[in-house]
Amino acid sequence: MGNRPAFSNLMKEIKTGKFLFTGELEPTKMVDISEIIHSAEAMKEYVVAANVTDGPQGMAYVNSLIPSYLVQEKVGLETVYQMTVRDRNRIALFGDILAAACVGIKNVLALTGDHSALGDNPGAKPVFDLDSTQFVYLLSKMIDENTDVYGNEIETGKVEMNVAIAANPNASPREAEILKVGRKVAVGADYIQTQTAFDIDDAKDFIKELSRYNCPILLGLFPLKNYGIASYFDKYIPGVSVPKDLLKSLKSAKKSIKDKKERNKKVDEINLEFFVPFIREIKKSTPAAGIHCMAVHYERLFEPLLKDFR
Amino acid sequence: MIITKLKDIDEIYEMIKPYSKILIAGCDGCCQPPRSINEAKILGQMLELKSKMNGKNLTWKAITVLRQCDDRIAGTTVRPYIDEYEAIVSLACGLGVSMLNRIFEDTLTFPAQDSMFGASENHGDNLYEQYCDTCGECLLGETAGICPVASCAKGLHNGPCGGQVDGFCEVGGYKYPCAWIQIYERLKKFNRLDLFNKFRPPKDYRLMTSPGHLELIQEYTNAIEEEEVEK
Ligand code: SF4
Repeated sequence: MGNRPAFSNLMKEIKTGKFLFTGELEPTKMVDISEIIHSAEAMKEYVVAANVTDGPQGMAYVNSLIPSYLVQEKVGLETVYQMTVRDRNRIALFGDILAAACVGIKNVLALTGDHSALGDNPGAKPVFDLDSTQFVYLLSKMIDENTDVYGNEIETGKVEMNVAIAANPNASPREAEILKVGRKVAVGADYIQTQTAFDIDDAKDFIKELSRYNCPILLGLFPLKNYGIASYFDKYIPGVSVPKDLLKSLKSAKKSIKDKKERNKKVDEINLEFFVPFIREIKKSTPAAGIHCMAVHYERLFEPLLKDFR
Repeated sequence: MIITKLKDIDEIYEMIKPYSKILIAGCDGCCQPPRSINEAKILGQMLELKSKMNGKNLTWKAITVLRQCDDRIAGTTVRPYIDEYEAIVSLACGLGVSMLNRIFEDTLTFPAQDSMFGASENHGDNLYEQYCDTCGECLLGETAGICPVASCAKGLHNGPCGGQVDGFCEVGGYKYPCAWIQIYERLKKFNRLDLFNKFRPPKDYRLMTSPGHLELIQEYTNAIEEEEVEK
């Protein structure tokens, strides 16, 4: 859309051209979301906004709208409301976006979502009435034309949101991914948040290729809180491989340091050694607008990781 | 053809337990793997054995029908036996089971099979594959002849999703190809990535809503026969 106004603080900050950071919150099977509130408080100082995930890996978790709202209300940290098309048809998506607009949500990340067969309610009927590109189309209709996909008008008020989409730097064949992102941008995305990258050259290439669309890019990074997470990521997150050296140093920290505090210190050092130069290089030599830092439950890293970039 | 899977014998036995005389009807239509007279006989023997183990006598007869989903063929083939038997077990797909229940209102017909999908037979790879989902709005002209409704696990119109890895789909443990990468590769081969790049708007699912109906056009039917049926 290009000329859609910046409704969210995140979009406004992106437009200033300042290199920025976003964080990530992952509500799970919970009624008491104080843990999410604490995480949001811990990262508030360092990030412009935080994504709130919507049942990742096909899991049945608390609806992300309420945590998205509560984090904004209680913590004062802007959220990016993640929505998948896996569980809602166009009627429900429309209704949820209206509801989100009612409570002041300003960013939505339109996702396909992992298939329900992968989650913990594997026999659920998957919806996929719209795909994520068609969802962006619905959002454009709502935001730019004040209607649903059929032209039925929104009666009172306006949906004022900026639309994020995802892109996968690990996808192969890459051209298919790049073209797909282009198709989505053309339908009305405001900015791109990528999945996690670990290979600097790959990440740089990917950003370079995406930059043809003139759509701001936040590169996804995933700091590794411990060896367990790192090896899980390496083994089970498809298409992502954690660099061998990084895995090795995390493993040796786990084995050789018994004291938890000391071990955490070492793990932080390992992460900083890897990610600080990574971010510096992205900032220096690519047009990326910033970093989407998925340090879920690892908020203590924000301070040392981002201090040189603020 | 319709791909079917025989139900567990215990499940079939549970359905016919209340009856002592059953008719077992195979189908010679498109149901695959084949479920004809031989399969009907084998099912009869298994049910008889199962009944004996439970201290019961079961009388059965096996027949086969050219196509159970055609009311005339199914009607004329099954009618001679209908009064002799208390229930029917059909070895057709769900179409045949439903048809027999509709034609013979006073007899219950039970399914011996689970119907899985409409498929093409790929002899090269020894596979039955679901190429079409009869969605009412053919997209194959934009997707190099590979249907994303039937072949993409999420039925996406603007794929691929983020779940494909090296051309394989997240559903099924990366064993099956990602339909959208196949589409991309085939369109690229023909220099038609313009079709890949095209945005396909939301689908009209009314075209796919069941039950489906399409009235036969007058010219395609035999008017005289129709009158006879009415009489
Ligand atoms: S990986 Fe490919 S085939 Fe599987 S759901 Fe995604 S787009 Fe569809």
